[in-house]
Amino acid sequence: MSEIKSIERDPLYVVSPSIISQKSKRSGVILVRSTFILMITIALIQGLYSFEKIDFGFSNWRPLLYAYILWAIAIGYSRVLIYGEKGKRILFVFPAVMFIISIVVFPLLFGLYISFTDWNLSSLDGKKFNGLDNFYQMLSDPYYWNAMKNMVYYILAVLVEFAIAFLLAILLNSQIRGRKFFRVSFLIPLMLSPVAVSWMIGKSMLEQRFGPVAGLARTLGWETPTFYSTPELARLTMMCMDAWTFIPLMIIMLLAGLQALPKEVLEAAKVDGANKWMMFKSIIFPIMLPVSLTTLVIRIIFKLKLADIIMIVTAGGPGGATDSVTSFIVREYRDRSNVGYGTLLSFVYLIIIVIFMTILIRFVNRWLQRES
Amino acid sequence: MVTKRIMMKNNIIEKVLIYGILLFWTFICLFPIYWTATTSFKTAASVTQGLLIPWVDFEPSWKGWKHLGLSPDSIFTESTGREEFLARFTNTAIISSCASALAIILGSLAAYGLSRFNYKFGFMRNPDISFFFLSQLILPPVVLALPLLVLYKELSLLDTHIGMILLYTLTVLPIVIWIMRDQFNAVPIELEEAALVDGASVWVSFYKIVLPIVLPGIASAFILCLILCWNEYFLAALITSTDAKTMPVMVASQISSQSIRWWTMAAVSAALCLPLIIIAIFLERYIVKGMAAGAVKQ
Repeated sequence: MSEIKSIERDPLYVVSPSIISQKSKRSGVILVRSTFILMITIALIQGLYSFEKIDFGFSNWRPLLYAYILWAIAIGYSRVLIYGEKGKRILFVFPAVMFIISIVVFPLLFGLYISFTDWNLSSLDGKKFNGLDNFYQMLSDPYYWNAMKNMVYYILAVLVEFAIAFLLAILLNSQIRGRKFFRVSFLIPLMLSPVAVSWMIGKSMLEQRFGPVAGLARTLGWETPTFYSTPELARLTMMCMDAWTFIPLMIIMLLAGLQALPKEVLEAAKVDGANKWMMFKSIIFPIMLPVSLTTLVIRIIFKLKLADIIMIVTAGGPGGATDSVTSFIVREYRDRSNVGYGTLLSFVYLIIIVIFMTILIRFVNRWLQRES
Repeated sequence: MVTKRIMMKNNIIEKVLIYGILLFWTFICLFPIYWTATTSFKTAASVTQGLLIPWVDFEPSWKGWKHLGLSPDSIFTESTGREEFLARFTNTAIISSCASALAIILGSLAAYGLSRFNYKFGFMRNPDISFFFLSQLILPPVVLALPLLVLYKELSLLDTHIGMILLYTLTVLPIVIWIMRDQFNAVPIELEEAALVDGASVWVSFYKIVLPIVLPGIASAFILCLILCWNEYFLAALITSTDAKTMPVMVASQISSQSIRWWTMAAVSAALCLPLIIIAIFLERYIVKGMAAGAVKQ
């Protein structure tokens, strides 16, 4: 019994005598209830007004938002009134939880509803529930699965990025002069907005008539340096541009890991006469495994959101060869106004991501446990 | 003697190789920026000839910057280009700094709570709550895009600063929590215990004792958030149209329009990147610290 208690005990644990009066408890409850009633009243009025049942109301739903915020604050404050010192602890986590629930969970539920409707902005009928029709349409949509397939390629490219980043991190960690200069210049691509990168590299440097990269390619013997003409080439170009922006992130994370390596082990290996490759293979790489896997997971998370560069530079072309799922869905919204269907696609993508990430993280954890 | 000489020779080859690779990568990193900066001072002739070095290959001109109203001859005159640019610049600055600040406040409070107390919300314990926060990082923005657009329209938050700030706070909040949790875990609990025994409340001990210690960590998290918000394009393109339009949206719309010339585009891109390049040069230490915090567990 005492053991369970010590587990349950807070890391920061102090006995605080707090006597909470009945009056304070009661006022806490009243506070929450009254603000809740206020919120419901406003929602009711506005709801009736928007269905034209009554002829007074607000011009938009904003007042409901204010009432909601008031209610959230009242809940927070009532924790202190009701639970005293213990309530103050809840207040640390409460605002963030409340914030995420309001801005993520509600829209997600609403989105779930949209995704089962045939809502199209260009049709005049408004939205109508259409069951699993969107889902069947998705199953036979070659462009969506093509975008999925592209995502697999894009994610596999992370391994190449990782190899480059690892090499550069090791070089940065070796005995060199001007490390600060190299570190700053390696960091800079990460600072640049994907929008700027799209123009700087995608639109101007790769421009086939007078871009410098095209010029270089021409001197190397490639007669017509067009970087977006064939599907494979266009995809490769996208991968390179995305890699260019995100390799710095991986370098920095890996460098932090390298700097935390135990010096004694490395010295001992050197004394034993291990050469560089052996040291890397049997000491550095195994010790770096946790950091490497964290880096890869983070990078993959960012990769799954890849869209900006594609939307701006190729808009998915040629023939959908560079489409990421996000950029494809955006075109579904923007060009075809197919809101219901697009939302279903995004939800399916979310589900696939969640499953993929769960498996990946579980796999990573198991691997780490086996190693240690 | 001979082996020593061979070793020396190997050493030199190794050094040359190391510096060679590093310099090559530095070139790859910096050349696009050099190219953009020089292109912004080019005229049509020097663009089409692909000239590279100012003053040697071509004579720099202020044409690109004139469109933004930032060239020497236009800086004191009225310029719609400059007004537009400054409006977008202030929007981006306001939105990204407010969102980062809000994320820091919400995120460090939550991270502190999670590192010091055991919570129980229904079935959720501390690890579950942590996972709940961090899982937001996985959520692709496109999933929220349309529902939020409809919701924002009803709340008349479309194209407002507040609406953008809330969204950006959401996108960077998990990162703040991730960085700050490690920071708080590294602070010894005994310090606060002493304060609590003396009768201070948890809030006072947080504010007076813990916060000053983790201030450098907060600075790194803030800068990282600022960078992410400054560069964000996807959500801004969706939510903003005129009033709260940010710089990436402005630049992106100019990329797709045919009438804009190369030198102007280069100037606009350079202006978008410049603030962050300056931050990178002077605050590199903090940025690196923030990113490294997640990688290496203390």
